[in-house]
Amino acid sequence: MSVVNQPQRSGERAPDDSGRATAEFEPRITAFVCNWCTYTGADLAGTSRLHMASNVRIIRLPCTGRIDHVFIVKAFERGADGVIVSGCHPADCHYTAGNYHARRRFGVFRELLSFLGVDPERLTFSWVSASEGGKWADVVNETIERVRRLGPFDSYHGLAGAATPADDPFARFEMPAGATGGTAAAPADGHDAASQAPSGTGDAS
Amino acid sequence: MSELQDTARRLLDEGLVQVVIGWEEGPRGARPVFVTSAADCERLIFDARCVHNLATFLNPRRSQITALGKAAVVVKGCDAKAVAGLLREAQLERAGIVLIGVRCGGVAGEPATLAPPALSAETVSARCWGCDVREPESVDMLVGEAQPEPPVTADLDERVAALDALSPAERFAFWTKELSRCTQCYACRQACPLCCCERCIVEKTEPQWIETSPHPRGNFAWHLTRAQHLAGRCVGCGECERACPVGIPLGLINRKLQQVVYELYGYTVSEDPAVPAPIGAYATDDTQDFIE
Repeated sequence: MSVVNQPQRSGERAPDDSGRATAEFEPRITAFVCNWCTYTGADLAGTSRLHMASNVRIIRLPCTGRIDHVFIVKAFERGADGVIVSGCHPADCHYTAGNYHARRRFGVFRELLSFLGVDPERLTFSWVSASEGGKWADVVNETIERVRRLGPFDSYHGLAGAATPADDPFARFEMPAGATGGTAAAPADGHDAASQAPSGTGDAS
Repeated sequence: MSELQDTARRLLDEGLVQVVIGWEEGPRGARPVFVTSAADCERLIFDARCVHNLATFLNPRRSQITALGKAAVVVKGCDAKAVAGLLREAQLERAGIVLIGVRCGGVAGEPATLAPPALSAETVSARCWGCDVREPESVDMLVGEAQPEPPVTADLDERVAALDALSPAERFAFWTKELSRCTQCYACRQACPLCCCERCIVEKTEPQWIETSPHPRGNFAWHLTRAQHLAGRCVGCGECERACPVGIPLGLINRKLQQVVYELYGYTVSEDPAVPAPIGAYATDDTQDFIE
């Protein structure tokens, strides 16, 4: 694995910028979207060349009813600073009622997360239809701005005491810094192959 | 409590059931007992130490108990709600069990005492706060004398509200501290009458959704999942909290979710199995203030 000019991980602090990285903080957002509406809507946003931040990793599922709450927990465990859950508008579900079931579950789960201390601002729930590419861009941009204000979700990532970037088995899959608005490329020194290798935390996803 | 013993004896003598699940006097206080012969019915007791929710033993996956035959179960009001939960989810058939209801005046927080304690605000179990089924109605027979109201204990809602008043970061710190003690022994799951999945999600390894190593991250995932799976189902019997060897205040989480399902969907735990649970049902006009 080549580590020359390893791009700077988004959200990572520049080496000379100790403790004042909030301005450069690029949130990592995981979006769980339904195949029939929001994924198509996000596709439309892309083909329409709408301008939106690229911090969102989209995971496509058949239906919002398929989105289990453990997906959200796992996303936070694996380094997400915010999560978007999006699907078809009420009465538009491809499977008739999946979004109604999801609405009930996430109404409860959102309160549960909040009660355990996860700021509900880190979670966005939205209905985005296949024709609402513009709305998707707005949802993405608003979520990122909100999460950027909240800062990195270090409190959750650090629960197991091993959430530094060097321990992140997925660090090598990061997008180049230019794509996410990062500035300087990190020096190759100190990022040897060993520190980039999976750290054996167990791939559960 | 001879009325309870006589009822159990009659059920066994007439062959209506093969086992009566109740409580007996153990070496360290009250404990569950499985009575299979009429001669043993004199062991059955009911007093303020009988805190265990015996509906747990009706879980159809507990094959060593179902193997004993048709069961009669002694239930308090809170236990009857748990039985209703199992009936609602088609885990049981009503004709397959006999329910002996007992009139309950509140139970102690701790069953392991040699004599029934005088119930006071200090000794009464937190589960008795706000109890509305001191005489279960869905039972086949009701035994015992009318009991006085249990003493008022610490207000669970006040403790939940105190946590709600904190900032998310402070709540996170509180729960990180509490959950860091968790060893993921799953006593909370085993004690719960409604945690009756054939295979719990925490035991799935491909993919492993919940880290089983007992660090706070895995513990958060476990307790979030346990609570979410019981949302709208938990009867508030408090057995999980009592079973917890490290004293995690699970009752707070359960109570919070009871409040949430009531505020969002107008649902309170019912003793009537015909009332659908809120998760699994839906209404087209459900609240969606939180959805953009």
